[in-house]
Amino acid sequence: MPISLKNEAAIAGIGSTEFSKNSGVSELSLACQAINHCLNDAGLAPSEVDGLVTYTLDSTDEIEVARAMGMGDLTLFAKINYGGGAAVGLIQQAAMAVATGAAKNVVVWRAMNGRSGKRMGQGVSGDILSSDIIHWSWYMAYGMLTPVSWVAMIANAYMHKYGVTVEHLAEVAMAQRDFALNNPAAAGYGKPLTLDGYMNARMVCEPLRLYDCCQETDGGCALLITSTERARDLKQKPAVIRGVTQASSRGQEQMTSFYRDDLQSLPEMELAARRVYKMSGLGPQDIDATCLYDAFTPEVIMQLESFSFCGRGEAKDFVADGNLRRDGQLPNNTHGGLLSEAYIHGVNNIAEGARLIRGSSCNQPEGVEHVLISSGVGVPTGALILGRD
Amino acid sequence: MAKPSRMKPPMGHDNGWWWQQAADGKLAIQRCASCQTLRHPPRPMCSECRSMDWDFIESCGRGTVTSYTVLHHPQFPGYDYPLIIVLVDLEEGTRLTAQLQDCDSEDVEFGMAVESYIHQDADGFKIPMFRPATEGADNAN
Ligand SMILES: [Zn+2]
Repeated sequence: MPISLKNEAAIAGIGSTEFSKNSGVSELSLACQAINHCLNDAGLAPSEVDGLVTYTLDSTDEIEVARAMGMGDLTLFAKINYGGGAAVGLIQQAAMAVATGAAKNVVVWRAMNGRSGKRMGQGVSGDILSSDIIHWSWYMAYGMLTPVSWVAMIANAYMHKYGVTVEHLAEVAMAQRDFALNNPAAAGYGKPLTLDGYMNARMVCEPLRLYDCCQETDGGCALLITSTERARDLKQKPAVIRGVTQASSRGQEQMTSFYRDDLQSLPEMELAARRVYKMSGLGPQDIDATCLYDAFTPEVIMQLESFSFCGRGEAKDFVADGNLRRDGQLPNNTHGGLLSEAYIHGVNNIAEGARLIRGSSCNQPEGVEHVLISSGVGVPTGALILGRD
Repeated sequence: MAKPSRMKPPMGHDNGWWWQQAADGKLAIQRCASCQTLRHPPRPMCSECRSMDWDFIESCGRGTVTSYTVLHHPQFPGYDYPLIIVLVDLEEGTRLTAQLQDCDSEDVEFGMAVESYIHQDADGFKIPMFRPATEGADNAN
């Protein structure tokens, strides 16, 4: 009988650095600060950490963190591929380790000088010849070099088919900016966004304007995953992992899955949805809030359909009715998300998911029992459902 | 000073031959030598029958726009903006991502008929592109 990951592990600690446009410190420094805050939040000593997981894109190696923080024996170290697609994959690694005994206390993190250093928004280069670079070669020569340009191609097809307008995109951006107004850590704190402000911002890649795109941030975010039992003895209320999975589907490319018959859906996200709902025994009607990956506004709208919160083509109306706001059916990214808090490749969205379960969000809705969180959109991805103990 | 040129595609075993065909004036589509399935972008193995044997056909170049985007920002040296990128369903059944030329960015639309040609940059580099179809190419299915 295979081990189910349902209820085996919990997020027991959350830590972040300050989010800025120029940290002035190394990415290793950001990682250590975030992890230190995370362990202090949980009340766990660094010497008890025996597992470390981060992104392949993270410049900091596991043992650099371990040495800097005085950690001892490690029995799990791993890096997960595909940019923001890795986000809940980190949680899956950690939960698998905890459930099988491969490690007891696993810290996952992402720390990046995403504004002052390597900017994702500035696109790919062809320095190393790998199968991944051959994949990018089909786009580079045409000047299609940035994440927003790849997303725009899918978004335009989806919007055309279902009559999604820029006002729908703007509502996603404005709803999340409204949340950020209550979050002092957020880039959007103190900066309201109106429809005029949205429309008048520069066009980036049609149909996407500036505020359809996430922040570029210097910062780090870390989470501690341990057994649900151990989490009960630590300082914070556990956010129990009800279901978690990675997901990639046939014809998957990294950001440019342009060659599938249906361009207007996200098959890998639908796979993630089927898996987390089955593992958790929950359905969309049980989810009280979401942190849907939001590097770009249309991704949020498309995911509402992937996770069956709406039927195909109906997400635009769900959004227009204000359902992503605090009093709506599905408050989404109550911290501001990648669009308006910070772009820490989705780990900050998982942190908000855990805060929503603790009841400590800066925009806490009433009675949150279950939160659904997703990884990057258009890449190999994943989903996570957290619940109250 | 010479105008900066476009970023050249990194070329390896699995894609270099396609660009060589473009340099020879052809828009190529890879074909499985065992089951004849066409595929693009090129890969070393046929996903239908796992054959490693392949050849290619030359596309007729006619197709329709199944999606597009117009790039405004950021702007990279070697490209003219606004830059129209189209996703084209070729008549042969494969799909190709490429630039659309000779078309105002206001005029590109879903389902429009396009035809390919081989564009040559000032530095001599050749690359397949599309332009609006000249003759009444119908886009009936
Ligand atoms: Zn074959």
